Amino acid sequence: MTTGEPGQPRTDRSPWNWLLILPIVLPLLTFLFNADEPRLLGFPLFYWLQLAFIVVGVVSTTIVYRMTK
Amino acid sequence: MSAHTTELVVFVLLFLLVTVMGFVAARWRRPNDLASLNEWGLGGRSFGSWITWFLVGGDLYTAYTFVAVPALVFGSGAIGFYALPYTVVVYPLVFLVLARMWSVSHVHGFVTPADFVRARFGSPTLALVIAITGLVATMPYIALQLIGIEAVLKAMGITGHLPIVIAFAILAAYTYQSGLRAPALIAFVKDALIYIVILAAVIYIPAKLGGWDSIFDAAKAKFDATPAPGDGILLNANNQLQYVTLAFGSALALFLYPHSLTGVLASKSRNVIKRNMSALPAYSFVLGLIALLGFMAISAGIKPVMSNGTADTNTIVPLLFDKMFPDWFTGVAYAAIGIGALVPAAIMSIAAANLFTRNIYREYFNKNASDAQEANVSKVVSLVVKVGAVLCILLLDPQFSIDLQLIGGVIILQTLPSVALGLYTRWFHKGGLIAGWAAGLATGMWMLYLTPNPAKHQEHFGGSAFALSNLGFDTKMTIYTGFLALAVNLVVAALGTLLFRATKVADGEDATARDDYFADEGDPKVKGLDLTGSH
Repeated sequence: MTTGEPGQPRTDRSPWNWLLILPIVLPLLTFLFNADEPRLLGFPLFYWLQLAFIVVGVVSTTIVYRMTK
Repeated sequence: MSAHTTELVVFVLLFLLVTVMGFVAARWRRPNDLASLNEWGLGGRSFGSWITWFLVGGDLYTAYTFVAVPALVFGSGAIGFYALPYTVVVYPLVFLVLARMWSVSHVHGFVTPADFVRARFGSPTLALVIAITGLVATMPYIALQLIGIEAVLKAMGITGHLPIVIAFAILAAYTYQSGLRAPALIAFVKDALIYIVILAAVIYIPAKLGGWDSIFDAAKAKFDATPAPGDGILLNANNQLQYVTLAFGSALALFLYPHSLTGVLASKSRNVIKRNMSALPAYSFVLGLIALLGFMAISAGIKPVMSNGTADTNTIVPLLFDKMFPDWFTGVAYAAIGIGALVPAAIMSIAAANLFTRNIYREYFNKNASDAQEANVSKVVSLVVKVGAVLCILLLDPQFSIDLQLIGGVIILQTLPSVALGLYTRWFHKGGLIAGWAAGLATGMWMLYLTPNPAKHQEHFGGSAFALSNLGFDTKMTIYTGFLALAVNLVVAALGTLLFRATKVADGEDATARDDYFADEGDPKVKGLDLTGSH
């Protein structure tokens, strides 16, 4: 987006942006993680899966950043 | 008191270290002249990825967060963990929005969100409304930082307000001198300490308490034994909607706070912002672990300090550290929380001062204010703001600040249509936006007024969980107040816009151009700023 063709209007539109929806929606779907079992390292599902969503967020935003730089 | 001598010595030493750093910061990345808001209030708009990461992280994850989130988990369980999804959702949500805000602000030299609204909608009134909303939402937030320090002092057995007054006087002095450079430099120490303490806590404490399994089981046993229906280590049918709307609503609100934008506008390019959106979740991970300190406190049998007959759950984290860690490390942990209060308090007071200077002083008192005059007014106002925060804590019940902060979150959301949607569309009419803001505010206040808090014996303003039964629904479900208020705001803003258009009421001029929203660092349209200090 930073280096468009001269004369072309610049934009922040990109199909990669759709990837950002994933980490916005996943953490809001309580039915995915509102359970005790299975536990991981002693953490109930509720806690470890939501911590794992951080990774989804980091990966998604990193990809979008790299692809739209 | 003697039992805490080692802790106190370590705490005071680290506090002195950051005090020196705060004053030295004026020379850091030294500009030719600090006398402008670009320099004093935004650090020269020259911060790269690393400084921005520390600054924004130090700003968003405050001492109050570190104290209050585990306290909520300690008291209610799973619902308190909303802080995690909230900070996972926020970065992808604002990824594109903040890049646009950075670009348009860079081209036009905006310092505050209200500056943007003023130019976009051509309405000083709407800008004033946005500025006052920002000020009202930020002030109690600063006061709450004091509660974070106070919790630590209480745990060290120190009572009385003198230490807090001294701490804030020092903070005020170096913020006055160094501006945004002070919290930016101190943020390095703050975050380093926080990371060390939390990593130590999540490895060392569970090992002493018999592992994570037994920590969660102890918490479950405690919540099963209480009569309260809303608690537990999992969500129940009634608070899931609250959890989701609270996480999402808080995420929408976060970057509407003027102080969050201060850190964003201080960075040097669009790419710094975008890169930070993928790097800032490192703090979310720490926040998730911090939340779990609440369960550790249950498992360790921590009893909160009693004050005025009610349990002050804000003291559980300091007490947990005191019980688990050796004295010297408890001192480090306390310093982490204490310094963790200084960084956001400094940035918030700068943001509040900039709002006053740009959108009230410049707009209504001195239209032709020079850069130096603006910087001077901001410096003085930043002092006034801090004195106000200290007075809030000294003269009023701390509960009042907590209530105000709760209200603050709800009202700052009402600036979303103007500030965030304004970055995308000029469709809204300025009159519609003002009407929507007023309607959202009124709805939000009404809902907060109806919400009691039985645990604190409050009939009104007892929390942000609005019972849907108030609206006539036959259910125990609750929803985040700010979320519903924002919905009302949007509907009224849209209807108002249609009405004003139909009746041909004049709209303001848009001073921004389409390309402004995508401008970048090397762009010729970007106004030249003196960056001599940054190379």
